[in-house]
Amino acid sequence: MRDVADTSAVDDVDDASDGYDPAAGDGGAADVLVCGVGITPFGRSQATGMQLAVEAVNEALADAGLPWSRVRAAFGGSDAAGNADTLVTRLGLTGVPFVNVRNGCATGGSALVSAVNAIRAGAADVALAVGFDKHPRGAFDPRPADWGLDEAYGSEGLMVTTQFFAMKIQRYMYDHGITPRTLALVAEKAYANGGRNPYAWRREPLDADEILASGMVNDPLTRYMFCSPGQGAVALVLCNREVARGLGGGTAPVALRAAVVRTRRFGSFEVFSPWAPGGTPTSVSTDAARAAFEETGIGPDDIDVCQLQDTESGAEVMHMAECGFCEHGEQERLIASGATAIGGALPVNTDGGCIANGEPIGASGLRQVHEIVQQLRGRAGERQVPGDPRTGFTHVYGAPGVSACTVLTR
Amino acid sequence: MEGALTAVPGRALRGSRCSRCEVAVYPADPACPSCSGPSAPVSLSATGTVWTWTVQRYAPKSPPYAAPEDGFRPFVVGYVELPEGVRILAVLHGVRPEDVRIGMPVTITTGDGVPSARLADPAGVTT
Repeated sequence: MRDVADTSAVDDVDDASDGYDPAAGDGGAADVLVCGVGITPFGRSQATGMQLAVEAVNEALADAGLPWSRVRAAFGGSDAAGNADTLVTRLGLTGVPFVNVRNGCATGGSALVSAVNAIRAGAADVALAVGFDKHPRGAFDPRPADWGLDEAYGSEGLMVTTQFFAMKIQRYMYDHGITPRTLALVAEKAYANGGRNPYAWRREPLDADEILASGMVNDPLTRYMFCSPGQGAVALVLCNREVARGLGGGTAPVALRAAVVRTRRFGSFEVFSPWAPGGTPTSVSTDAARAAFEETGIGPDDIDVCQLQDTESGAEVMHMAECGFCEHGEQERLIASGATAIGGALPVNTDGGCIANGEPIGASGLRQVHEIVQQLRGRAGERQVPGDPRTGFTHVYGAPGVSACTVLTR
Repeated sequence: MEGALTAVPGRALRGSRCSRCEVAVYPADPACPSCSGPSAPVSLSATGTVWTWTVQRYAPKSPPYAAPEDGFRPFVVGYVELPEGVRILAVLHGVRPEDVRIGMPVTITTGDGVPSARLADPAGVTT
């Protein structure tokens, strides 16, 4: 076993003792800061997932103004592009503890929670969270056995994620009066925002009529209402307040006030379920969002900009209400009025979301956080939310009933 | 999951019901997913209503999907709500995509594969 090149981490832990005070009453969450962010272009290229991850990590370190040797704990993962800890070969063999995370759509969120906890616990003063992925073309093709299901669900064509999202929004539209045009408007906004994001995959504008006419995939969802599996990588460097004070740079650090992962409770309606209980479904997204808000003491009404999982446009509609940003059914009016556009009262998925960026599973959750950090720093370029946003929220949802949410403030 | 999808006489779905909280589940599970209490096997109702639905318009990836020998055709899939308070994922046979509606009465059975539903006529006889 080789020696750790730099043992100053031990001193740093002692020095960090003034950072987290459990008696402070706010849970100490404000003491975790995002000091560096890095992202690669999303879409498709010849690069491997790991190459993208290295690019994102190096960009995040440069953004923070910290060398790789200062990272005291690292957490990362991909769903289909390899083990994150092997990145040390490229990043440098510093001996840093590097934990692989594989948690479906919550991979990035779970890596982030782990990094946050490492800092809160005083185990690290600088921590890395990295998520990356690279998927083949076409819909995901999960194996029934991985989800505890009989092979017949696969052979008869029911192991299809797009089917589930279609059935969930189909019932939601029936219960809450949402129209197909609203679904098209969500996608129209996604492509419009993607056009303002140099890292987005889908940057060509499409209007609602084109989206409605793009061909039914799973009723009521048409082709251009869906995201596609793709590739991309995002890295975030977190630190405690003491490290942040020592960093130069012209940007105020963004505080990661809460990072929460939840799994489903009884009564939810989930992808890959042979059955679901009756009654009004519970929502793991509601649980995770509520926990994140409770941890910070601020609520949905206080949020200036948010990122909600939009693997298809119905998901964005439902997650607006599930995360507490509106009542069920209100989306019909809000979306038509432009409330969720960049200049609206609650901008949603300002970077184009999954619909414009594609879905590299391991990277999506951290892409959302990256976007909020840039918005709160005032560095979002053409897609900058006006009015100097100070608070942001992110949300991912995935199989088999997992959600990760964050609250960030400046 | 021995026999999880197999039929009982009458091809009714075999689920289970918790003796404590009355929650019914499918396929049968010896433990209640709500309260962890013991559950007993039960035959579920053969009729219910469509709770939600969609149409699978493209051929899913193979494997695991096994297309019919005469090629893929779009099919209707949905959740059927039964009086026991369970919603069962099923393929809806004999229903054209343009005719399927939430609330539509259907019968549901199981055989070798996943549960399958068919339009119920007013007399409750399978069409």
